[in-house]
Amino acid sequence: MAEVRYVGATRVYPGNDAPAVEALDLDIADGEFMVLVGPSGSGKTTALRMLAGLEEVDAGAVFIGDRDVSDDPPKARDVAMVFQNYALYPYLTVAANIGFPLRIAKVPKRDREARVKEVAKLLGLTEYLDRKPAQLSGGQRQRVAMGRAIVRVPSVFLMDEPLSNLDAKLRVQMRADIAALQADFGVTTVYVTHDQAEAMTLGHRVAVLHEAKLQQVGPPRELYERPANLFVAGFIGSPAMNLLPAEALGLGTNGKVVGFRPEHVDIGDEGDGIRGRVEVVEDIGADAYVFCSADIRGEQTRLVARTEVRDAPQQGEHVSLRPRPEEAHLFDSESGERLTDS
Amino acid sequence: MTEAAITAGAFTQERRRARRRAAWRRRRLVLLLMSPWLVGFCLFFGYPLVMSVYLSFTHYDLLSSPKWIGWANYHYLFTQDPQVGPAVRNTLWLILIMVPLQVLFAFGVAMMVARARRGVGFFRTIFYLPALAPPVAATMAFVYLLNPATGPVNVILGHLGINGPLWFQSPQWSKPSLTLLSIWGVGNLMIIFLAAILDAPQQLYESAELDGAGPFQRMRWVTLPTISPVILFSVVISVIAAMQYFTQAYVAANIASGQASQAGDQTVNNLGYPEGSTLFYPVLLYQHGFRFFNMGYASALSVLLLIVAFTVTVLIIRNSRRWVHYAGAVK
Repeated sequence: MAEVRYVGATRVYPGNDAPAVEALDLDIADGEFMVLVGPSGSGKTTALRMLAGLEEVDAGAVFIGDRDVSDDPPKARDVAMVFQNYALYPYLTVAANIGFPLRIAKVPKRDREARVKEVAKLLGLTEYLDRKPAQLSGGQRQRVAMGRAIVRVPSVFLMDEPLSNLDAKLRVQMRADIAALQADFGVTTVYVTHDQAEAMTLGHRVAVLHEAKLQQVGPPRELYERPANLFVAGFIGSPAMNLLPAEALGLGTNGKVVGFRPEHVDIGDEGDGIRGRVEVVEDIGADAYVFCSADIRGEQTRLVARTEVRDAPQQGEHVSLRPRPEEAHLFDSESGERLTDS
Repeated sequence: MTEAAITAGAFTQERRRARRRAAWRRRRLVLLLMSPWLVGFCLFFGYPLVMSVYLSFTHYDLLSSPKWIGWANYHYLFTQDPQVGPAVRNTLWLILIMVPLQVLFAFGVAMMVARARRGVGFFRTIFYLPALAPPVAATMAFVYLLNPATGPVNVILGHLGINGPLWFQSPQWSKPSLTLLSIWGVGNLMIIFLAAILDAPQQLYESAELDGAGPFQRMRWVTLPTISPVILFSVVISVIAAMQYFTQAYVAANIASGQASQAGDQTVNNLGYPEGSTLFYPVLLYQHGFRFFNMGYASALSVLLLIVAFTVTVLIIRNSRRWVHYAGAVK
């Protein structure tokens, strides 16, 4: 068990001028589940690999516990990693795959077998111990990769998009399993994903990265309710927040952008709101998302509102969209920084 | 039976016939596409094979027609020919010493080239180039380089205070000299190894490294299992090549004996020079067939070689099931 600290950690890939991760400062508490989220190329995987020792730290430092591990080889860091494609040894059985770290650590055979059985039982893999990875389903392979990570109880778990190769239903189930497992073990976990739903449901805290820089870090609710800048506002939440020039709504002066979550936009037949035409109605069960196009200052803008299914208008109807002013997020359009406190 | 059922029955029969016709057309096309190979196979492999087996039961000197003598050739081969024993021993030496060295060297060079941070293309080319040299020319060059008196190798060794061996002139050193030559020309194998090594999934290495594996353990647990099909392939083709080892031995013996006698007199039987140390099984076969014109006996030798090569290959492949892992294979 250990805390993890990135202190101005930077990675520049050889032959590149722009860093892949730039001056990352991030404290991860002992036992915390931290999710790094961001679009492709945001530097989240590079940040994880710097912690694993698979990428060099070109400037700054990475600490595990009190120790600066920036120059330590991976095996000296006591971290275990689950890879996106699982990285199982195809020629070894499930038992040998799970027991591999113990075998390398020269744990006596009897202890090793007992420990492998224990882990297999925990992950529901007992009956597959003699199989090869090729004989397993995607979900089972994923579990074997998890088993190999937890078998030796490392200080830190690293997970690099471990669920992205699974189908949607299995992903939701494995998400719950991973959360439960992490809570049981209480091992500090750093989890990388591009899926913001995964980030919001799994993380104790979520760190949003974009263009090599940390944008915001905080509990999922905080990111949703108080996005620190325009990027986080647009990235967290699905469908994304509606972002409009503020003066169009009479909510401020030039150079400001106002944002509304879809659930904070009321739809009426007519009235003084923004006039829009319904393009698509997305039924998600009890509620529906209404995608409208509106003409705002001569520009066609897309707006989304969330409403109860029975109140949803029909495609092609003309409606009036009224954002609730008290729920507005205000941003500076130049810097993108958040301006309101509420 | 109702009328509808009869029509339906006729219909299915009609369809079955149509399907059979389509299958036959497909087979005919496959046969047509394969025919160039089939003709070549029958003409240049099937026919000679059958003829060899037939001739091995005859006495045939190329001048008079073959005379059936039953098992006499085989009887002589197994019980009387004094040269078979040494030839088999020499060939075994190649299989047990030269082949492992070739495979190890090819693997080692491939590992080094794969790890090179810069100039991979340069090293790959440098190590591959010798494989392009014609075997006869390469052998001649080696015999000159390793000339005990005037060759540069012994001259350099002499400067270092080392008394160089007689190389191709010495029964003890002739096979090691040929091994040096074969290791030098191991580029083909090296390229295959290199491709396999570079093809190994990087994440397996990273995963092993995180799990605490050092360089040796990574080679043991990642590299070797991943490239095991290529190891099997190179062992099999190298063993077969060793059993057919001829050109280099023939050329080296000829030139080295010429150097020794300062005449290169072709009437002297210089095969296997020096002292029969390079008389490998195929050289023996050549000697009987094309020096003594004893085609019947040479055929018997070649039939035995075919059977042994086939058996050895089958044995290696059988044994390999324990240690070769095919990617994507379930077992």
